Amino acid sequence: MENVEKEPLLSAKNIKLMSNPLGQENPITVQVLGICSALAVTVKMKPAIVMAISVMVVLAVSNVVISAMRKSVPGRIRIIVQLVVIATMVIIVDQVLKAFAFEVSKQLSVFVGLIITNCIIMGRLEAFALANKPWPAFLDGLGNAGGYGLILIIVSFLRELFGSGTLLGFPVMEKLGVYKTGYEDNGMMILPPMALIVVGLIIWFQRSRNKSLIETR
Amino acid sequence: MENLLNIFVKSIFIDNMIFAYFLGMCSYLAVSKTVKTSMGLGLAVIFVLLITVPVNYLLEVYVLKKGALVWISDSFATVDLSFLSFIMFIAIIASIVQLVEMFIEKFSPALYNSLGIFLPLIAVNCAILGAALFMQEREYSSIAEATSFGLGSGVGWLLAIVALAAIREKMRYSNVPAPLRGLGITFILTGLMGIAFMSFLGITL
Repeated sequence: MENVEKEPLLSAKNIKLMSNPLGQENPITVQVLGICSALAVTVKMKPAIVMAISVMVVLAVSNVVISAMRKSVPGRIRIIVQLVVIATMVIIVDQVLKAFAFEVSKQLSVFVGLIITNCIIMGRLEAFALANKPWPAFLDGLGNAGGYGLILIIVSFLRELFGSGTLLGFPVMEKLGVYKTGYEDNGMMILPPMALIVVGLIIWFQRSRNKSLIETR
Repeated sequence: MENLLNIFVKSIFIDNMIFAYFLGMCSYLAVSKTVKTSMGLGLAVIFVLLITVPVNYLLEVYVLKKGALVWISDSFATVDLSFLSFIMFIAIIASIVQLVEMFIEKFSPALYNSLGIFLPLIAVNCAILGAALFMQEREYSSIAEATSFGLGSGVGWLLAIVALAAIREKMRYSNVPAPLRGLGITFILTGLMGIAFMSFLGITL
């Protein structure tokens, strides 16, 4: 988005591909995709950011790969081809994490592997990469993974700040001297169910700002 | 036997797939509109977990683990194929789901009609791959333990989705604030149910 000189590459339509999934078509709060792994990694900000980056790499690259070979893959076996491409990418990401960020990869445990079955990736491959050229597919991948990462970072920010009083391990609450006023960390925020409630509240906030997203029954 | 029972109960209530690890949330949220369909999906998940977890366990013990290939020849003692586990597990799951679908279609058309549409969905359900990966991470010592874990996780998943569907059926008559309708309230409901399930923490048999 920052590089405006390359007009043909980043035309208004292409920028829209990237910015739409951040809000209006957010994969988590609007499309309901990829919730499985989104919530379990949000206790602390660091694993959440690593997870967001991993998903971004996997989604952008597999979007490009699938889009590049969309004409040579027969429709009947496309799901298994997609799974193989995604699984290969996830293995590479997992090995890189194990080599360079072992601590975080231990914290993420099975959730790196679960990127394979993350519905965002399958969903974007099916809905976008199979019908578009590699460059838009790349942008679409970045945008959707960005929307996913945005929610992950908001949720983990709130949970780490109010749950353990730190941000990225830095003791914010202690430095601000909030504890002296009798404030205590809310242990509830660390428990798994609070991730769901926080996302529920984000959805509430987003939909009360943007009435067009409200579901009718 | 006690050990198996312990794993079974633990994977239903304490390590519940949905409330503790949020696995299989996509289909959990999408299919939980009525009790009947969610029962069907839940049964299909139990069925698939009961088959894929033991099969993946065998794969892990006899092929993927470090030194697992010694049954072929002693020279393989240092081979470690565990980096292949993601792709192997997902391939096994996808092909077993396909096989099970064909098998049920042939031998029990009634069951096929009730599970039919859900079976292909299950191949990409995070709960199935998640169970395989947890089985690998926790290093169960026998195939019986792995099977009991698979069955327990499936039952826990069924319990969660049927409970949510029952609540959502009742919710239809209540006046939820408009922006919270549908997805938002479902998230908060699941969170509250998760808090309730946390009271099982610390139970050992």
